[in-house]
Amino acid sequence: MRWMWIDRIVEHEPGERLVAIKNTSLAEEHLHDHLPPSGDRPAMPLMPGSLIIEGMAQTAGILVGAVNDFQEKVILAKIAKAEFDYDVLPGMTLRYTATIDRIDTAGAVTKGTIEARTNDPGEGGDAWQPLGRINLMFSHIDQNMAGLEFPEENFVFGDNFMAIWGASGLVKGPGA
Amino acid sequence: MLMTKDDIFGKVSEVLEEALGCDEDEITPGASLVADLDAESIDFLDIVFRLEKTFGTTEKPFKIDQGELFPENVMDNAEWVQDGKFTDAGMDMLRERMPHVDFSVFDADREVVRVGDLITVQSLVEFVSRKLEG
Repeated sequence: MRWMWIDRIVEHEPGERLVAIKNTSLAEEHLHDHLPPSGDRPAMPLMPGSLIIEGMAQTAGILVGAVNDFQEKVILAKIAKAEFDYDVLPGMTLRYTATIDRIDTAGAVTKGTIEARTNDPGEGGDAWQPLGRINLMFSHIDQNMAGLEFPEENFVFGDNFMAIWGASGLVKGPGA
Repeated sequence: MLMTKDDIFGKVSEVLEEALGCDEDEITPGASLVADLDAESIDFLDIVFRLEKTFGTTEKPFKIDQGELFPENVMDNAEWVQDGKFTDAGMDMLRERMPHVDFSVFDADREVVRVGDLITVQSLVEFVSRKLEG
């Protein structure tokens, strides 16, 4: 399994805002373990909240990384807020919107909203509904962990991220 | 608008409640951010960001430079630190760079490992107050 929790970048205003989508699918193995059948209760496949947060961290992390052309190692340092209004089920599409609240040499603070489209047939299934809010803080680790040395290679923005970045067709940069 | 120390304390408390997730009653002037409020290194970056936002205005930004609240890269300097303790020169350096801190208790043992205890709620209030006065 690749550690990719967004499928596509759909909008990017450099230094301001990045929007990505994620389709949930029963082809994802983890949904069969979260939650498996138990006693009389049938399986309840739900996207774990931690992975929804990871999706926002990847969305916001790319937004922050792009500011410095992916030269900084942008590490999720803190989850300041994570609120979800309802469960995410297989077949839903999530839309993550991350905005930069502040950024400087040490790190960045982002705000994020998540919307979901249930894709249910019938009325409203194709409409985006608010799902949650996630605010994060990122550290540029080379600037903060004084005395500690990290590999020169940027292990945060590896090939997988650059593939998503390039495939979006929205940007010029590494992988584009 | 001139803020009193009480006003500043109130706003600093709000910042700490949000950044550290601690309760209002835990935030006393003497509480150490690390020892009493369980702040970790990354929390200081968060606190700095929030202080800048809380006390800054468009006309008068409140910018805290890296190393301003707490000096960086002091531990490796043999002139300042020997055998895990701050030297006289090291203490002079700390006093000069951290005028917002009360060193009266720390001066007795000077242990490097306890340097994090120096940042108390009161020292943050002093820091903000001095900066606002310019």
